[in-house]
Amino acid sequence: MTAPATNNNQRSVDASIKPVLRLEGITKRFPGVVALNNVSFDVRAGEVHALLGENGAGKSTLMKCLAGKHQAEEGSIVLEGQKVSFSDPMEAKQHGIVLIHQELSLVSDLTVAENIFLGSLPLKWPNRVDWKKLRSDTDKILSRLQCTFRADDLVGDLSIAKKQMVEIARALVFTPKIVVFDEPTASLTDHEKPVLFNVINSLREHGVGIVYISHRMDEIFALSQRITVLRDGEYNGTVDTAQTNEDEVTKLMIGRSLELDHSSKPTEFKENVLEVRNLSVEGVFKDISFNVRNGEIVGMYGLVGAGRSEIAETIFGLRRPSAGEILLEGESVTVKSPHDAVARGIALVPESRKEQGLVLGLNCRDNITLSTLGSVSSLGVMSPKKELEIYEKYQRELKIKTPGWAQKVGNLSGGNQQKIVIGKWLTTHPKLLILDEPTRGIDVGSKAEIHALIKDLAKSGYAVLVISSEMPEVLGVSNRVIAMYSGQITAEFNADTVTEDELVQAITGQHKPASGTPLHAAGV
Amino acid sequence: MTPIEQAESISSKLKLNRVSLKNFLTTQGILIVFIICLAGFSMFSDRFLSEENIMTVIRQASMIGIIAIGVTVVIIGGNLDLSVGSMLSFATVLVVDLHDKIGPTNAIIVMFAMTLLIGAINGLLIGYMKLNSLIVTLAMLSAIQGITLIYTGGQNVDIANQDATWFAVFGRGFVGGIAVPILMFAVLALCVHFVMRYTSYGRRIFAIGGNPTAAVYSGIRKSRCVFTTYMISAFSVGCAALVLGSRVMGSQNNVGQGYELLVLAGIILGGTSLMGGAGSVWKTVIGVLILGFIQNGLLLLGYPYYTQWLVTWVIIIVAVWLDLANQRKRLFTSHS
Repeated sequence: MTAPATNNNQRSVDASIKPVLRLEGITKRFPGVVALNNVSFDVRAGEVHALLGENGAGKSTLMKCLAGKHQAEEGSIVLEGQKVSFSDPMEAKQHGIVLIHQELSLVSDLTVAENIFLGSLPLKWPNRVDWKKLRSDTDKILSRLQCTFRADDLVGDLSIAKKQMVEIARALVFTPKIVVFDEPTASLTDHEKPVLFNVINSLREHGVGIVYISHRMDEIFALSQRITVLRDGEYNGTVDTAQTNEDEVTKLMIGRSLELDHSSKPTEFKENVLEVRNLSVEGVFKDISFNVRNGEIVGMYGLVGAGRSEIAETIFGLRRPSAGEILLEGESVTVKSPHDAVARGIALVPESRKEQGLVLGLNCRDNITLSTLGSVSSLGVMSPKKELEIYEKYQRELKIKTPGWAQKVGNLSGGNQQKIVIGKWLTTHPKLLILDEPTRGIDVGSKAEIHALIKDLAKSGYAVLVISSEMPEVLGVSNRVIAMYSGQITAEFNADTVTEDELVQAITGQHKPASGTPLHAAGV
Repeated sequence: MTPIEQAESISSKLKLNRVSLKNFLTTQGILIVFIICLAGFSMFSDRFLSEENIMTVIRQASMIGIIAIGVTVVIIGGNLDLSVGSMLSFATVLVVDLHDKIGPTNAIIVMFAMTLLIGAINGLLIGYMKLNSLIVTLAMLSAIQGITLIYTGGQNVDIANQDATWFAVFGRGFVGGIAVPILMFAVLALCVHFVMRYTSYGRRIFAIGGNPTAAVYSGIRKSRCVFTTYMISAFSVGCAALVLGSRVMGSQNNVGQGYELLVLAGIILGGTSLMGGAGSVWKTVIGVLILGFIQNGLLLLGYPYYTQWLVTWVIIIVAVWLDLANQRKRLFTSHS
């Protein structure tokens, strides 16, 4: 599809600057997957080094290996010329490596000061908190970050952006050498971002090495000095930000021949099963219109937090729309509850298998028949025979690997668990099947099986909506792709003709022609 | 099958065996404790294993047992019902007081109607308004005790002509040589056991208790199901009130005080987890009987009656601890 990345000018050859931190040949395996394969990465003092890659490319895993959350099987971490290894995050922190997560980990009922010094509160004899010192220390850090809130404010009262500042302030207690930001702007509004960028730049000026993980090209080009790209758990090149552009980086990120079989996609679409018109939920998404036809697979692609799952939940009766309408087979309907949705032939394979999809304490058979209890019972009394028939039918059709129907689903692998959830919905013979992140956390083999299954289902007449954060999945499975960015549909593409650049731009809110120049904001 | 698949299937089979072995031990463990208790007491007291004494114990235990069956359903559904104690006081006072005023049949109808109304309020607040069941039923415990005192004006109530009423059958009667309370206990246990084990309703309750979110996402009407569990629990309290009122032919204002704890003790002792989603009526029956035999045994051994409170406490703590240990182990093994 794309030429292999031959890296003439991509490797930065400024060897005079010695990195503070070097990761060499890191390899990390999880059961069934190689998450990282021989990845090397380095950070210099006083630079922002952006780490890029698709979902599942291994960015977060690499950073977790660095911060002591995971231990790499092979490879080494070299900090200021010394080889180190961390058995837990606290040890990494004491060495000056701090990871700031997407999900914040603050105690909302404590004050800013208490949160910042949690675990290392200044004490005075005999073992009492030295509140005066705590406040003055906190004030020092807050003024360095130019924060507008005070040491005594309750963290629960702060906005998300301010909470993030508290998290950063917490990192400064340890005089960090390396600070890793994992998608820090995912939950920030546009006018909150500059504050964060100022802080990052000031940290950089103080000689801290910054690793910045984000999907958003504009941010990466505005902030970073170098960009490293990971792909499928492998190192795929490092470029100097000043000498590259977005197109080149995008190519590095996704340029590959997709292994997915495009040819087996369904081709015959009949009438509309689902049509959504101007659907809105206050503060979550607005003005959403699309349709899904019989035998068609529509992919919904966007970043986490773009509002995709919320749309599915609204169609499934878990949320009330504030405006717009939902039409099922041409008829305007109000879906009052999931129970109502099931009765109308809507099925949702939810985002989170273990929390929303399965009752882990029940066995395989009981989970598969959970949504169709009416059809395996007469006058409310269960028929074990019918139940077993249904279980065996779907176990065979979906190739679910279990030692037997009595196995608790908690003991199955992710792929088989997901098949049970899908099977549960097939028992209800739905018209519309919505799958939210159908292959999240599932190994490669099962992934391909589930993709093939989705296509087969569509061919047999189901209307299918697939929500995914993984581009290969969306492109490989669907006929049409709807791109979403912060609660709105930005574009709709034919999945077989759209370029990956176009898609990336549509989901990062860059409304520009495919071959245009990058939004390069130089010299920040 | 590839070698890897074979290895996988073998290892998961082994796991399955281990799980069922553990299940076997935990369910049968309670029976073993039961038998040890019986054997222990019978060594020290000749009367303990006499048919007469056994029937007495079961008869006494059936009061707690009847209520415990209803509460078991609530607990499997993932909630608690602490209001049963004062509901029992209220229902007993009501049925006894109304007996002479409007006749036994009407009294029973009114009593059940009021009990189910209280159950419905619990169910509405917890099922539909999604309030915390511990708080709601604890508040209800105190509210109903207050209402009972207001109703009676602090006086005890009784039935004037105790020998002339057929109402006596519930507490004092025998059918085929078996005391009616025991029969009621057995019939209720069998019915509810059947419902929980063999009906779609029972399956829904297990699913809700096991994972309420997934149950909702599967199209189960959780609010409605939770509501009905409180109706079942209220109904069982009504049955217990029949037995209690009929046996005593009178009632104190606070006759049911402390029953909520005895009921919980029986359920926990039987091995139904307070976490919800697991357990059975059968286990509760065993738990209640163990409790009854231990209390009886202590009395026969000559200990004052209040020692049974202390012993009950110890038993509950041990039972909860065992449940927790089990729970933790389950977490570890299912985390593979």
